[in-house]
Amino acid sequence: MKPQDLTDLALRNLREAILRNALTTLGVAVGVASFVAMLSLGVGLQQLASKRLSQSGLFDTIFVTPKNNFRGMGRPQREVESDKPPRALDDDARHELEKLPNVIEVYPQVRFFTEVRFNNKPYATVVGGMPESSRNSGAFDGMQGNFFSSPTANEAILQIEFAKDLSDKPATLVGQELTLRYAERQAIPAADSDASSGAAEPSGGFSVVPKELRLKIVGIVETEPAAGYGGYGNARLLMPLETASTLRAAQVNDLRDIVRGTATTKTTYPSLSVRAKSPSLVEALETSIKNLGFNAFSLLDASKSLRTFFSVFDLLLGIFGSLALAVATLGIVNTLVMAILERRREIGVLKALGAADSDVQQLFFVEAGVMGLLGGIVGVGFGWLLGRAITFGTNVYLKRQNLNPIELSSVPWWLVIAALIFAVLVSLAAGLYPASRAAKLNPVDALRYE
Amino acid sequence: MSNPDAAIHLEHVSRHYKMGEASVRAVDDVTLSVAANEFLALLGSSGSGKSTLLNLIAGLDRPTAGSILANGQTLAALSPLDLARYRRNTIGMIFQSFNLLPRMTLEENVELPLRLAEVERSERAGRVNEALERVRLTHRVGHRPSELSGGEQQRVAIARALVNRPKILLADEPTGNLDSATGEAILSLLRDLQTQLGMTIVMVTHERPLAERFADRLATMGDGKLLGTSPARTGAAQ
Repeated sequence: MKPQDLTDLALRNLREAILRNALTTLGVAVGVASFVAMLSLGVGLQQLASKRLSQSGLFDTIFVTPKNNFRGMGRPQREVESDKPPRALDDDARHELEKLPNVIEVYPQVRFFTEVRFNNKPYATVVGGMPESSRNSGAFDGMQGNFFSSPTANEAILQIEFAKDLSDKPATLVGQELTLRYAERQAIPAADSDASSGAAEPSGGFSVVPKELRLKIVGIVETEPAAGYGGYGNARLLMPLETASTLRAAQVNDLRDIVRGTATTKTTYPSLSVRAKSPSLVEALETSIKNLGFNAFSLLDASKSLRTFFSVFDLLLGIFGSLALAVATLGIVNTLVMAILERRREIGVLKALGAADSDVQQLFFVEAGVMGLLGGIVGVGFGWLLGRAITFGTNVYLKRQNLNPIELSSVPWWLVIAALIFAVLVSLAAGLYPASRAAKLNPVDALRYE
Repeated sequence: MSNPDAAIHLEHVSRHYKMGEASVRAVDDVTLSVAANEFLALLGSSGSGKSTLLNLIAGLDRPTAGSILANGQTLAALSPLDLARYRRNTIGMIFQSFNLLPRMTLEENVELPLRLAEVERSERAGRVNEALERVRLTHRVGHRPSELSGGEQQRVAIARALVNRPKILLADEPTGNLDSATGEAILSLLRDLQTQLGMTIVMVTHERPLAERFADRLATMGDGKLLGTSPARTGAAQ
């Protein structure tokens, strides 16, 4: 039979036992819906996680540090370069890094240990500078209060635990002022540039002068975004990076450089963060930075294992989701086997009129496929609604907890196509047995049957 | 009595069934020829094997032994697919219980063999109409079988059997479910069609008087065996 006639007859047959076939199709739809809902949750969670992670800057950022020789201590030195003094991470280096292709920005890690006075009580803490770009990174989305009013404002954002130390009611801190006490680094001109003083003597140095700065608290945030690798661990008081830089606060590497004798009057950075245009460019960029003579590392590997985790996670969700579809398959088998019994005579007549076994088989096959396709279409709709419902429910809960709404489920186009193909394939597989049984029906018996 | 010119030739045809331990000889060593354009009536009591013989000729069943030659084709040599094509193109069948598909309208029922034969859609309407004209039922096209009388249903079945222009028409008790007047009308129609279209008809029946009036020849079966053949149409000749 021609495909058009086959479909025509199949649809007619499906319409005749409309209630039973509709229920069977609904069974397929429920199966597909659970499959789609499960996978849409998996995909949604994955998108949520990777969005948060890419916003956090962890995966498009390379952390550049000067090449130091710590790792050479316990091991034989292999690199010839390590005999030379390691390259300093100063402004020259920063400009050089900025000129590398695919670099969006280079900013220093400003991070220092200091004391904060609030209500005349001292609190020791770590201060971190935040680049202006972190405003849009999403990391500050759920914060109380606001982001810094300008890149040079004398303002502070507190990490929530630190805010709790300062006050029992952290929310009331926004708008109040605190005093930052820090040690400013002041350069001393080279005392004696005589060659006789020996190469081992430092050519310059700096003095440390205590300073104070009043900062207005503008916001409170859960955690420091992109918690640095700079040494002191997470900063608990965040301030605009430019403000923090102008303080010229003594940093950990200053002392280290003095001890090592490489200290100069120039500012050096303990580390620089280099942001690439996209995570895919990070690897190449990392190599070029290393070629410049710095240490560089990124969290790309961590993101790879994260992707693997989500693939497995999706697979598991998919398997759970398809269980309902497997049950629906049995419904198709049952409906079609019943149809064979009911349509025994009709099959006999078709064969007497010249239908080949393959015609009968295809007819049942198409009926199964149509049920699968219709069930798939309805099921994708159901699944999408189910995902929306779960997202809605979650967001109602999040709102009660004073958290921002999230997009929990996502139905990308490939999931729609995959679900439809899956539904049709599973239904065709379910139709295999009934179709071959119908095809093998002996027409003489079928016609005798009353 | 081999006859290569015959429309149908059966040579020592047997069909045995296993029923538990016993073997039932539904058709037992039947040799029979039906000439082209002949109207043969197969007579016999129920269980005599006449319907089984008809199914063998129709290619719905295969003989246990012997060979069947129909319209120049040896049925035993045909693959299942070719046998289906043979049923589609060479054979038309009508049944005691009409076997129309109840969900389809009259014209859809008639169209069914055309769909199976993959006749172009544009050609179908004309062929359906032609077949319905032959059985004089064009005025009831939109109806479903249940809305028709028994005689009308059998006429639809005949139209369906004719629509693929078969060479051989096989009728299994076509008047069995009809009153005698309607039955006569049906047989008269078959007779007319046979002469108009030049078809060979084999009809199974147990109504000897009707068979004698409309058939050319009678073949009588009993216990699976062919008991003998005799010329008929005594009534028709008068």
